[in-house]
Amino acid sequence: MLVHISNWIIPLIILTVLLYGTYKRVPTYETFVEGGKEGVKMAVSLLPFLLGMIVSISIFRASGALDAFVNLIDPVLSIFNIPSEIVPLAITRPISGTASLSIATDLIKTEGPDSFIGQLASTMQGSTDTTLYVLTVYFGAVGIRKMGDALKVGLLADFVGIIASLVVCYLIFGS
Amino acid sequence: MVNIIWVALAAIGIIYAFFNGTIEEVNEVIFSSAQDAVALTISLVSVLVFWLGLMRIAEKAGLLEKLAHLFKPVFTRLFPEIPANHPAMGYILSNFSANLFGLGNAATPLGIKAMHEMKKLNNDSEVASRSMITFLALNTSSVTLVPTTIIAIRMQYDSMAPTEIVSSTIIATLISTVGAIMIDRYFYYRRQRSLI
Repeated sequence: MLVHISNWIIPLIILTVLLYGTYKRVPTYETFVEGGKEGVKMAVSLLPFLLGMIVSISIFRASGALDAFVNLIDPVLSIFNIPSEIVPLAITRPISGTASLSIATDLIKTEGPDSFIGQLASTMQGSTDTTLYVLTVYFGAVGIRKMGDALKVGLLADFVGIIASLVVCYLIFGS
Repeated sequence: MVNIIWVALAAIGIIYAFFNGTIEEVNEVIFSSAQDAVALTISLVSVLVFWLGLMRIAEKAGLLEKLAHLFKPVFTRLFPEIPANHPAMGYILSNFSANLFGLGNAATPLGIKAMHEMKKLNNDSEVASRSMITFLALNTSSVTLVPTTIIAIRMQYDSMAPTEIVSSTIIATLISTVGAIMIDRYFYYRRQRSLI
């Protein structure tokens, strides 16, 4: 059921935007092209970040160190029914956007996008943002020196997000 | 922090390979994974161009403002210290709408403007105000309707249903956002109590 809704969300958004844009007399195609140029810039500027991080993570995996780490924590996590492969992603998600994106990519590639781990990694990566980045950018830009409880609140919210991804994925894709 | 993660992953990997006898695999993967990253970026171009192009239309047609208007009643309750018609509220709402559509690049400058206005409301203090912490909690749990980057990655690795994670992502993001708001409130009342 929910999987079917998923398939409808994107086409419906596209339809709404195109029809509403036409109704509001926006030069739709020209505007599309103009906005699309930004997409090219964005993807290209992402390349060095992704490449560096993916190479580093691939070395870590190919050496066998990742498997060793996963095997080490597996006995504890299997009690809670948590797949240990997901732990590196859960740890890096609040710290670095590119690192977690690279780890999610690595998981999707090695475990397969339609495997449970692949679906879980996709959900986890998409459902929260990088707390440390948001804090640095927003507080840094306006010169806030005392963050108060912001870091604690952000990290706790990330923890909730990670648990939520796990539970939701078990319920929807459950294996 | 990123620097440490980056170096640690590669360094531990190489040292571990030395003891584990997997140096050949490591050698191979250094170049093949770099190539993978380039292929991945190219597949990202397709989705990002399409989505950002479409969202530019939504922006010009005024859909973002419409959405902001829709959420206003909720946000005046979330930010009781900001007057409903203060510019800070406007920026917070447009930042939220931009995030909703996955327009991270458009959302950031709006968010910074919102922070500026909130700082003015807080007598230009260097201490984070209650509203600022709520705003950051909202932003770090990021409500997104369409996780475009992840969909592109799933397509790149031949997913049978690249978009099937949309509903799970939306539900998870809603839970984490509600969680963030509740945690934020908890810490706020705790601060209040300690003042007494």
